[in-house]
Amino acid sequence: MSETKKEPKIRVDHLTKIFGSHSQEALEMLQNGVGKDEILEKTGCGVGVSDASFTVHEGEIVVVMGLSGSGKSTLVRCINRLIEPTAGQIFIDDQDITSLTSDELRHIRLTKLGMVFQNFALFPHRTVCQNAEYGLEIQGLASSKRREKAMVALEQVGLKGWEDHYPVNLSGGMQQRVGLARALALDPDILLMDEAFSALDPLIRSDMQDELINLQNKMRKTIVFISHDLDEALKLGDRLVLMKDGAIVQIGTAEQILTNPADDYVARFVENVDMTKVLTAESVMVKPKAMVMLSAHGPKSALRFMQKEQVSQIFVYDREHKVIGLVTADAASEAVQRHETELHHIMQTDFVSVVPDTPAADLIPIMANLPYPLPVVGPDGKLKGVVIRGSLLAALAERGRKNNA
Amino acid sequence: MPRIPLGSTIEAIIDFLVTHFSFLTIAFTRIMENVIRYLENGLLFLPPWLFIVIVAGITFWLTRKWGIALFTLLGLLLIWNMGLWVATISTITLVLIATLTALSIGVPIGILAALNNGVNRVVQPILDVMQTMPAFVYLIPAIPFFGLGKVAAIFATVIFSMPPAIRLTCLGIQQVPRELVECADAFGSNKWQKLFKLQLPLATPTIMAGVNQTVMLGLSMVVIAAMIGARGLGGEVWRAIQRLQMGSGFEAGIGIVIVAIILDRVLQHVGTKKR
Ligand SMILES: Nc1ncnc2c1ncn2[C@@H]1O[C@H](COP(=O)(O)OP(=O)(O)OP(=O)(O)O)[C@@H](O)[C@H]1O
Ligand SMILES: [Mg+2]
Repeated sequence: MSETKKEPKIRVDHLTKIFGSHSQEALEMLQNGVGKDEILEKTGCGVGVSDASFTVHEGEIVVVMGLSGSGKSTLVRCINRLIEPTAGQIFIDDQDITSLTSDELRHIRLTKLGMVFQNFALFPHRTVCQNAEYGLEIQGLASSKRREKAMVALEQVGLKGWEDHYPVNLSGGMQQRVGLARALALDPDILLMDEAFSALDPLIRSDMQDELINLQNKMRKTIVFISHDLDEALKLGDRLVLMKDGAIVQIGTAEQILTNPADDYVARFVENVDMTKVLTAESVMVKPKAMVMLSAHGPKSALRFMQKEQVSQIFVYDREHKVIGLVTADAASEAVQRHETELHHIMQTDFVSVVPDTPAADLIPIMANLPYPLPVVGPDGKLKGVVIRGSLLAALAERGRKNNA
Repeated sequence: MPRIPLGSTIEAIIDFLVTHFSFLTIAFTRIMENVIRYLENGLLFLPPWLFIVIVAGITFWLTRKWGIALFTLLGLLLIWNMGLWVATISTITLVLIATLTALSIGVPIGILAALNNGVNRVVQPILDVMQTMPAFVYLIPAIPFFGLGKVAAIFATVIFSMPPAIRLTCLGIQQVPRELVECADAFGSNKWQKLFKLQLPLATPTIMAGVNQTVMLGLSMVVIAAMIGARGLGGEVWRAIQRLQMGSGFEAGIGIVIVAIILDRVLQHVGTKKR
């Protein structure tokens, strides 16, 4: 969704990671198209990531998804080189991470790359505040200064007042907030979050997701977020990266992936979201902001309604309150200039509509290129509501969570 | 079948070392003997009752337990009453010097072994040998290098009591969860920062268990080392054995037990207090 033409913040270029002692041999086999299982059998090497390339733009949240063992963690750990890549390059701000000396690498980790771990990885012998201070301490900041910064970070994640407790005394959600604060205290450009919320129970998890979205609205970090949960991905991700057996199978926005899965694997992944079947048009629609009545309103009032509600089209109903068409703002304003007083001529009557119990899964392809909100029309012909793209995706993410709860 | 000359080879090596290096170790012995004498005299300078009250106070301060402080007070008074005061001070001095030496060598080796696989592979089998070798064997080579007496006893004690310090330090550091070490890495820590801010603090309880064992082994060895002239409480036992004086043998034995219990309880508390 980011339309910026800027240089990407992170660029991963043909990254490959092979675990094991004969990695070069295995690498050659991999490049010759030998499969993962055969490589494991012949060389004893495990392929973690194979030839992955993608970019992350500044201020973007990219969610990496895939089944267990698909190489998500390996991919992200290569970005800060907790795992040494076997081949390929990683650029952060156009600097090649793979060629850094260990001192340079530590500096980059300290200034640009915050990481949040699945199992929190809090230091048990340090208080909440001392945990949040850790990175600053490594930076060598004076103790009063780092306490100040750590407190700001703790406040951001809503943990004010807990600074002198030890992690064991905190709930899971709070512990993960400490993990987040520890990363935020350094004010890194990039946050790497490896299944950061997976260990939390569903309600707390959703809270944390909201919290992250909130924080992201304020600070525009570049975030690589790992998740194996599509709902979470839909809710958080500007773009998704789908992995299978170490390779990236599809990159795109949630909509692109939902409507146009690259292959069966992705389709099955997407299909696993039960709520697209459970949810219906009725449950994800919103009330139309405005409507006009054919016999009572002309182009001028239609245009005024649209301007008032900031929409670019409006539905028209007749005396029986049945929807009979829609008028676009362009058509209406032209009609006003031509001093017309009737909606008849400018009304588009061949619009797409769905019945209230259409499954949400079917809505996604219908809406893909629809230039107007999708009307939901009851058996009596009355407009019950409209489905707009944002509300559909939000509803899918939201309800999915409740179903799981 | 020809006999494999294992014993004679070892003897030859030790002989070689003795002829070429014993002038150094003997000089060292002279210096150490003076250090030990000063320490003992220093500790004996205070009147026993004052010393006992101070030690009981310190145990209370360290453990916050009235019971342990009271035991210390009564136990040491009993030792004084049995006329074993000087012997006890001598034993404590030896244990102190030997275990401090063992720890200051053992803990760093344990750290190295935990962080470096190569070191670990060399150290582990040596530790196995050191721990299974009967304690008395260490006494034999100690004599030609350090002469009969306390320094030889300290040498044998250091070697005998060091393995648990190495092993448990190593174990404690290896037991630090991998994800925490990874996290410290992700936050740009260097080796020393990782060691002092994460690994050592988390390994402390385990290391303290090692310290405790080292001190206990040290105490037992100091007693055995009476055979090569270490004197102290062990010396009292040794003399009682030679003269078949059952009563005074048991009295000295009880003195050793009292010292052991005090040291053990105090060290246990220092180890677990951190949490
Ligand atoms: N240290 C390692 N040594 C050998 N193989 C490894 C190592 N770490 C990961 N692998 C292998 O690499 C592959 C990818 O693992 P990775 O942990 O990246 O998967 P993941 O997508 O994060 O899975 P999960 O969802 O379970 O966390 C797996 O097949 C795994 O067995
Ligand atoms: Mg993983």
